Amino acid sequence: MTDATAGSAPRTPARSLFAEDARTKRRNRAEARFRAYGLAAVVIGILALIMLLISILSNGLSSFRQTYVTFPVELAEARLDPQGNRNPEEIAAVTTFGYLPVMAMAFIEHVDAMGIEHDLSPQEMAAMISGEAPAQLRAMVLANPDLVGQTVTLEMLVNGRIDGYFKGRVTMASAERDNNVTPGQLVLAQALADAGAMETRFNWNFITAPDASGQRPEAAGLGVAIIGSFYMMLVVLALALPIGVAASIYLEEFAPKNRLTDIIEVNISNLAAVPSIVFGILGLAIFINFAGLPQSAPIVGGLVLTLMTLPTIIIATRASLRAVPPSIREAALGVGASKMQAVFHHVLPLAAPGILTGTIIGLAQALGETAPLLLIGMVAFVREYPAAPLDGLFDPASALPVQVYNWTQRSDPAFVERASGAIIVLLVFLVFMNAVAIMLRRRFERRW
Amino acid sequence: MPLLWIIVIVLLLGAAGFVLGRQRAVASAGGDARILHSLPNYYGTNVLILSVVPALLVMAVWLIIQPMVIESRVTGMIPEAAIEEAGSRSLVMSDVRRVADGLDTAIAAGALTPEQARGMRTELTDVRARLGEIGVALGGEVSSEVLAAAQSYRGLKRSGNLMMTVAVLALAALGLAYGYIRTNREFRARNAVEVAILAILMLASTIAILTTVGIVFSMLFETFNFFELYPWREFFFGLEWRPSFEGGSDLGLIPLLWGTLYVSVIALLVSVPIGLFAAIYMAEYAGKRMRAVAKPLLEILAGIPTIVYGLFALITVGPLLRDYFAAPLGLGSSSSSVMTAGVVMGIMLIPFVSSLSDDIINAVPQSLRDGSYGLGATQSETVRQVILPAALPGIVGAVLLAASRAIGETMIVVLGAGAAAALSLNPFEAMTTVTVKIVGQLTGDTDFSSPEALVAFALGLTLFVLTLGLNVLALYIVRKYREQYE
Repeated sequence: MTDATAGSAPRTPARSLFAEDARTKRRNRAEARFRAYGLAAVVIGILALIMLLISILSNGLSSFRQTYVTFPVELAEARLDPQGNRNPEEIAAVTTFGYLPVMAMAFIEHVDAMGIEHDLSPQEMAAMISGEAPAQLRAMVLANPDLVGQTVTLEMLVNGRIDGYFKGRVTMASAERDNNVTPGQLVLAQALADAGAMETRFNWNFITAPDASGQRPEAAGLGVAIIGSFYMMLVVLALALPIGVAASIYLEEFAPKNRLTDIIEVNISNLAAVPSIVFGILGLAIFINFAGLPQSAPIVGGLVLTLMTLPTIIIATRASLRAVPPSIREAALGVGASKMQAVFHHVLPLAAPGILTGTIIGLAQALGETAPLLLIGMVAFVREYPAAPLDGLFDPASALPVQVYNWTQRSDPAFVERASGAIIVLLVFLVFMNAVAIMLRRRFERRW
Repeated sequence: MPLLWIIVIVLLLGAAGFVLGRQRAVASAGGDARILHSLPNYYGTNVLILSVVPALLVMAVWLIIQPMVIESRVTGMIPEAAIEEAGSRSLVMSDVRRVADGLDTAIAAGALTPEQARGMRTELTDVRARLGEIGVALGGEVSSEVLAAAQSYRGLKRSGNLMMTVAVLALAALGLAYGYIRTNREFRARNAVEVAILAILMLASTIAILTTVGIVFSMLFETFNFFELYPWREFFFGLEWRPSFEGGSDLGLIPLLWGTLYVSVIALLVSVPIGLFAAIYMAEYAGKRMRAVAKPLLEILAGIPTIVYGLFALITVGPLLRDYFAAPLGLGSSSSSVMTAGVVMGIMLIPFVSSLSDDIINAVPQSLRDGSYGLGATQSETVRQVILPAALPGIVGAVLLAASRAIGETMIVVLGAGAAAALSLNPFEAMTTVTVKIVGQLTGDTDFSSPEALVAFALGLTLFVLTLGLNVLALYIVRKYREQYE
């Protein structure tokens, strides 16, 4: 300690402590920079989220609206029921190709009657109505054969390009280059809209209708996909919740600490990190090729998603079982309950809110999962609604995220709008599920 | 009898057993439940478990084994000549199954009587046309061997189902009777029930292991099949990926692996700095209110399904990068590129990195910070020289976990990276990854005897091993280098 005082007198600072020297300034600048980097990182993350949502919403919201044209159609007996005895089987013999001219002629006549000038050929006029419309008319007539011979006023879907014009996706300039639509058709559509015969309004069909072929984006809907996703969630809930809770109770409350339980625990944490597509390969190899379950069926999707969700549920359940203080168990054992009774009568009810929250979050994850479902054939084009459970679980169906993928693979740009719209539906479900989970947590969470 | 009915009947038997067992126990105690060893409900539950559990277990095992037995018996009926004609045994069998299902549909629709279906001969009836009438489409003409096999397939299935129904119901009744007879007031019903429940709990916890075993075996088995058809050297070291379903494909792993790693590296270059800085800011700088708003917002990013990111890459990020970076720089004109997929995947991984690092940074004890401040360090100096070194193992673990996520991610690359296998350095070029090719080779109708389909299993196994290795390494690093402060 002598050295410090032995030397020369302490160097007096050149300046006041209140004036920053160059080094302090540099350090302060570095501090400010570092802080700015941090803030920038947070802002970039949030901006990315906002951009993502804006991109999806701006592309997808329009899919909830669709353009319809209203005009009277005379359901001529001569064409639709040549024998004239209203026998449903004879009426069914007339295919959609028989309805197409009926509809097209009625449309052309209606336009002429309204006195709208145009120079379109009949083919161009007919092409303005959706390819799906004759099939809808046919279904309507088959459901009610008495309509034949009457004149009914119909509201029919218009072609996807015309619909795109009203939504701003198709313009006069793009129509010039497009083989599927001419500027003349757009002019006529605008005239019809001005006259009130064509309008764009809310489109329930987008949520309830089944998928449509690649040439008819205007008719494509999410009905089958929503049912398929719902069935899969039923399967996941029915299997993953009981199995996951049972496994967690065993591991947390009863399992002896030995090699086997260690292996199981490592296994579960590793399973949680296995890429989802590997579960798809498992489903294809085991459930479809080995067990012979049908392709594209919600039961197979549900089983695969169950295996994927199990680790999530087990981890959440174990955490909430662990959060129940040991005093509860000891009190139960103290008044003579068996270990099993202590767990099932006292610990499990107290852990239930946490288990439920974990299950809902697991289900939400499963609902958005796409990759494994692609491998088990859920990409198939399905137009039939599956039957009610349990048989319906084995019918072909689609799933919401897979439907999104399906639509992105089609060439018509109108499907981009549909895909974004489907994502909005998917996100609404997810927000709802997560909100329920958060609510449950807020309402029932106990801190010991 | 439909499966559902069998289950319902077994459950009804179980419910009856519960009531009967409970009554018998109470009766044996002369109506005074205090004399019983266990609570009355345990006697009922004991009978219920004895009647329901063995019956349903036998049914499950039966359902798994019956198709295999029938398959092997029916396959034996088909002569070698018919198999050679169709190409493979599995193709003939799928024909047999389709014809059998068609006959079932025909009977259900009332177009055929069961006797007609059994007595049908190809010499007398045009089976294909007959089934076509009721909407069962068959690919080709039905040969007499296939029809005979289908008929015996149906017969075996019928008798198998009948036997199963009888066996399951008999077992349920037997279990009920056994449990009922055993019930008396001395019987330790609670102990018996608890042992049974414990067994069920144990069974449930082994499902996780069974899943892993299933994953490994399903892929190993098919991978071996693949390597019998295709040399493993060319798979692991091949530089070309050119599958063609006429045969003579080049199925080299290297270009796919290159694409996977390239996309993952870009994703990590985006997510690690942003995620880490965000975590540091949240943990060290942000006030309570800022944290309460920003943290959940960032975590929303983690809850968004990957297909949403995929669409975002496809319709927004891809065209943006192409129009403002790739095209002006002359680097490419494709909107799907390594850069597109990498950037979007990076966004997806931000919350993953940030929430893991946040936890780790928060775990560094306050005393270390206080000591550093006491020596005159600024906040950023403390973070860089004290906190980060202390948290490093955890952060490395988080980055490795993120890398494993990136490698296994599918939908973003399917929609954002493209499908052309290329070995190139240009990040604005479309490349493909292992996961994209698994989807590509296995989607739609595939013939599981061709190397072009089987390669997907080899790719899947490679992916599984890679991600598993990264996870194990991450856990190892976190455990080994974790500082113990308390």
